[in-house]
Amino acid sequence: MRARDDLLADRERRLLRSLHAGGPGYYALLGVLGALVAWGVIGYGVQLRYGLGVTGLRDNVMWGVYITNFIFFIGVSHVGALMSAILRITGAEWRRPITRMAEAITFASLLMGALMPLVDMGRPDRLLNLVAHGRLQSPILWDILSITTYLTGSTLFLYVPMIPDIALLRDRFAAGPPWRRRLYTVLALGWRGTEVQRRHLEAVMGILAILIIPIAVSVHTVVSWILAMTLRAGWNSTIFGPYFVSGALFSGAAAVVTAMAAFRWAYHLEDYITEAHFRRMGYLVIALGLIYGYFTFNEYWVPAFKMAAHERGYLTAVFSGRFAPLFWFTQVGGLLLPVALLTVPRLALVERLGRVPLLRPAPALAATAAAVGLVVVAAPGSPVAALPDVGALRPLIPWLLGTAGSWLFLALLPVCRARPIATATAASVLVNVGAWWKRYVIIVPTLQHPFLPIQRAPAGWATYTPTWVEWSITSAALAGFVLIYLLFSKLFPIVSLWETREAPPEASGGGEVAHALAR
Amino acid sequence: MALTRRSFLKALAAGAAALTAGPLTRWRRGRPVPALVARPGGGHALARLEAVPSGGGVALAYAAEPPAPEPGGAPGRRWVMVIDLARCDGCRECTRACQAMHVVPAGQEWIRVYELQDHEAGAPYWFPRPCMQCDNPPCVKVCPVSATWKREDGIVMQDTSRCIGCRFCMAACPYQARSFNWVDPDVPGMPDEPYSMEWNRVHRRGTTEKCIFCPALVAEGRLPACAAACPMGAIYFGDQQEDAVTNSQGETVRFSELVQGQGGYRFLEELGTEPRVYYLPPRRRLYPAPVPAAAAEDQR
Repeated sequence: MRARDDLLADRERRLLRSLHAGGPGYYALLGVLGALVAWGVIGYGVQLRYGLGVTGLRDNVMWGVYITNFIFFIGVSHVGALMSAILRITGAEWRRPITRMAEAITFASLLMGALMPLVDMGRPDRLLNLVAHGRLQSPILWDILSITTYLTGSTLFLYVPMIPDIALLRDRFAAGPPWRRRLYTVLALGWRGTEVQRRHLEAVMGILAILIIPIAVSVHTVVSWILAMTLRAGWNSTIFGPYFVSGALFSGAAAVVTAMAAFRWAYHLEDYITEAHFRRMGYLVIALGLIYGYFTFNEYWVPAFKMAAHERGYLTAVFSGRFAPLFWFTQVGGLLLPVALLTVPRLALVERLGRVPLLRPAPALAATAAAVGLVVVAAPGSPVAALPDVGALRPLIPWLLGTAGSWLFLALLPVCRARPIATATAASVLVNVGAWWKRYVIIVPTLQHPFLPIQRAPAGWATYTPTWVEWSITSAALAGFVLIYLLFSKLFPIVSLWETREAPPEASGGGEVAHALAR
Repeated sequence: MALTRRSFLKALAAGAAALTAGPLTRWRRGRPVPALVARPGGGHALARLEAVPSGGGVALAYAAEPPAPEPGGAPGRRWVMVIDLARCDGCRECTRACQAMHVVPAGQEWIRVYELQDHEAGAPYWFPRPCMQCDNPPCVKVCPVSATWKREDGIVMQDTSRCIGCRFCMAACPYQARSFNWVDPDVPGMPDEPYSMEWNRVHRRGTTEKCIFCPALVAEGRLPACAAACPMGAIYFGDQQEDAVTNSQGETVRFSELVQGQGGYRFLEELGTEPRVYYLPPRRRLYPAPVPAAAAEDQR
């Protein structure tokens, strides 16, 4: 074993090069992210100075974008438990090059997610009241306990399997400033790769892998209970726990696909992350998407069938009212389309589609552009919209867009088939954009339709529109997430060296992946 | 503090007499304060006494000092409110009295008068909604820091000096009875006094507030501000243990007879929150109904 540790294969040298080589693109990205974070800090300063009144939140809709961010980030963080624990226990060997990526997502998004309730607090100066006067009866205390436990556990889960790599960096990595060496020396905990140390490492990983799964499930369950423990129509649901956990895993798996594509492209990890990894992660995303879709269907169809008095308000608002565009975007763009993009191009039939002249990309693109142009022209306020017959056409708009969209989808299928990695990446980005808006659509319409009708609200208090402060802090949180992730990948190898080295082809669960790895 | 029903009513009468006798007020720091001036015979029951010269005399709004904090509430009491919807004409004197009494910040109405219509065939009616002081309070269950709690006398109390501003109580309340101070409360006439949660007149940014049944007035043997101000006598207040409730007209009736005899109900009973506010249905009303179109539009 020692002998192998001393050798760095060429591809490993290339992997380590990403630790110090930073091109202009890297510094530009760093600058943009830093600026976004700084802008968000300014926004928060304004909020601290003038109070939460600078947000769009008011007495009726008292939770909004911040709680959306909270649920979104905590949800994304679940992928660490999925990748590292579940796949480890079930012996899915193909996971090896991407577990650290997944664990780092967990770490970064948990930090951002845990920050959001603080940003949402009216009196952050009284934070310690939660310790001095905390009541275990409140779901907020459950959240604090489970999230801090999960943060501790997943940080360990990220760190412990990194120790052999850190020791390798301590011994072999000469570039960079001296503080790096000191950091590696401290963090390596005197790892020498002895048989005893390896046994201990395996034992700790085994215990953590088992422990982290119930903790992760509990985290998103109690996050969902923040909503489900109230009486409000739309939140008062018994399936919110599994509904949120499945949504969390779905968005987390998609986030890993996005990260895989980004690092593969930026750090040239084609040796480690192959098309087969995208295919297998795609299977996971499909499966989790179907489970999440099943829960979503239950959550909306069961009350929609009954149309009970109190449920009617938010249901009509999301199906056909103010929130309908957002809701249908999350369902079609954030669930149906990504799953279709990951499945349909693999059908053999797609090869033949390309031979149909009308299904070439050019005519389909033209038709879609025409449809979108028509919609823009017919939008209320344009001069054409004033013509008498245009108004009558407006009900046709969803059909028009649907037809053009389906046409485009069919025409682009052969392209998707030819470029599976790009397709999987596009699908995963769609999943995450849809996941954010879905959380928004779960929170806001319910608050907009309380038991008592909203009356006598001062001007602007009846509906919720997020302000620049909320958007600034939201983009700062996203930028902060990417920033933490980026800096992490500059400090530590984003692909585990010793774990990818240890995967023997014959023991591997996935033949073609192991083959690709052994290449 | 051991008030009997007799002494409670006596005190009520004495208070009313004192109020009619000399409408003079002086605050400790010499600031004019809004005060209750209950005039028998209806009319506006509340006035701001800014014009009154501050040259000594009796404080009319509250006693000179806030009562000693009683987190457990008045022993042996079960405060209860009955609102007769047949008598409510939507004048919103209750809201105004409350706002003056507690110097309520802009945008908040701790007792809000809604226009409701139960179904299309029904007539619209006015619906004053104070805090329901639930016996199974959803807000208390979710508060992470005990900033709101249930007292033994039935009042759901709120301490804004402990509230962390998470607004979970507002999300949990099915009656929209809680308000949040989104900015620094800028209320003309907000007294420069130390915070007393029973007076509840000093407000701070980033905290949640609501109706608390005016415990300081009740401790003096007087009606809550809204009940005292209602010119129609639609709001009854009293002690369920004594089985007696009183309105601004000085009518004192048996709580049980009132609720049982006139079909009393509690709002959203099906949610199981066990409110301490009862409503008498709006039948044989003494006033014109609100405009149906407005109510229908608002309900939408």
